[in-house]
Amino acid sequence: MGILNVDYMLGLIPVLLGYLPLTLQLAGTGMVLALILACLFAVVRVLRIPVLNQLTIVFISFFRGTPLLVQLFLFYYGLPQLVSALTVIDGITATIMGLTMHFSAYMAESIRAAIVGVDRSQTEAALSIGMTNGQMMRRIVLPQATRVALPTLMNYFIDMIKATSLAFTLGVTELMGATQKEAAGSFLYFEAFIVAAVIYWIVVEMLSKLQHYLEVRLNKAYSR
Amino acid sequence: MIKLESLSKQFGDTVVLDGIDLAIEKGEIVVIIGPSGTGKSTLLRCINFLEQPTAGTMTVGDLTVDVNRASRAEILSMRRRTAFVFQNYALFANKTALQNIAERLLVVDKWPKEKAYKRAREILQQIGLADKADAYPAAMSGGQQQRVGIGRAMATGAEVILFDEPTSSLDPEWVEEVLGLMKQLASERQTMMVVTHEMSFARDVADRVIFIDGGRIVEQGPPSEIFYHPQDPRTKDFLKKILATNPV
Repeated sequence: MGILNVDYMLGLIPVLLGYLPLTLQLAGTGMVLALILACLFAVVRVLRIPVLNQLTIVFISFFRGTPLLVQLFLFYYGLPQLVSALTVIDGITATIMGLTMHFSAYMAESIRAAIVGVDRSQTEAALSIGMTNGQMMRRIVLPQATRVALPTLMNYFIDMIKATSLAFTLGVTELMGATQKEAAGSFLYFEAFIVAAVIYWIVVEMLSKLQHYLEVRLNKAYSR
Repeated sequence: MIKLESLSKQFGDTVVLDGIDLAIEKGEIVVIIGPSGTGKSTLLRCINFLEQPTAGTMTVGDLTVDVNRASRAEILSMRRRTAFVFQNYALFANKTALQNIAERLLVVDKWPKEKAYKRAREILQQIGLADKADAYPAAMSGGQQQRVGIGRAMATGAEVILFDEPTSSLDPEWVEEVLGLMKQLASERQTMMVVTHEMSFARDVADRVIFIDGGRIVEQGPPSEIFYHPQDPRTKDFLKKILATNPV
């Protein structure tokens, strides 16, 4: 066992950083779409909207109950076989679809819990001044629920960033895919993957800082 | 201008309101008293449709609804004609004092921002909290929160403000400032229905005192009659008990 090839590692950093934007694009797009979907699911569940509620329950059950990798393969390899129009789905699209649906299922549950946790006096006050249910949700309930749900949602976002590494199994050359290729070429597996690991780690640490900043901001209304 | 006819409310098998008939004039100050658990709060909550009444009809201003057949739009319209002041203040925790008051104008009445905040500032001035415009509820005392709660109700421009034990959650030191604001509103002839145990407020401010027991109106009249010449034995009994601990 030789010592680490530090020069190789230093040289690899800018190469791998070049693939970080794609990783962040996958996670960022996935997160935004998953949040929108999760909010819709949560509202459907809280208001118990008939039919949609049952469909949502099945959806959440499936996407929480099966591995993300299986879902990605289903979207990428499986769907085009059923629907020929979907053969145009590329790896990036399939990854975003998978991340969105997988994480929206988890996030819907934590948003739902946060919504249910908003004090009844808040919803009664909103109704008492004549708000519609929609206005009440948008202006009073969701902003308050966001504060409660934020730490968990940020955890899912962090998880999602790391989960983008599965995209390499669909042939997407993002951070993980690029590392894999570099390592296969140089046979310096340890060096290559430790550089990739550190890049993921730093990105996640920066997000933790962002989370802290957001929490302070959202707690402003609640401190004396 | 407010008329309730045989208004009833049941929770399961329990009858909480048993056919309330009541008419209230514009500008009238009505105080509702009675033992706890007899439907006083439920009556106010039904008028604001925070509870769905079981039967009866309700008129506020020019809108009359059969509570059983009230559509969503009618319920919304009823709510917008009535304003509610909660025992626990129930200010929007994510909004400042100013935003709490402006919320109705912005969201329901769709006023432009500038106009809504101008009106909200006027109200803050009236309730003596102009300096608290940007304070969040968590940073205000109970008395200040309840005054904002009243300000929020004032902003609705509703035909009647319903006060559900507005001072019961307050530390004693804050009770007077809230009652003072309510007296100020009463002197401006704001129509009010007040459920309270503050007997001196009832005696000094009310045009009419209503005694409710068992979900029914037992006795009503001007405070001088109810407090000094009650007719029904239940009224006498209640007053004897409450005045012993809470003299007027």
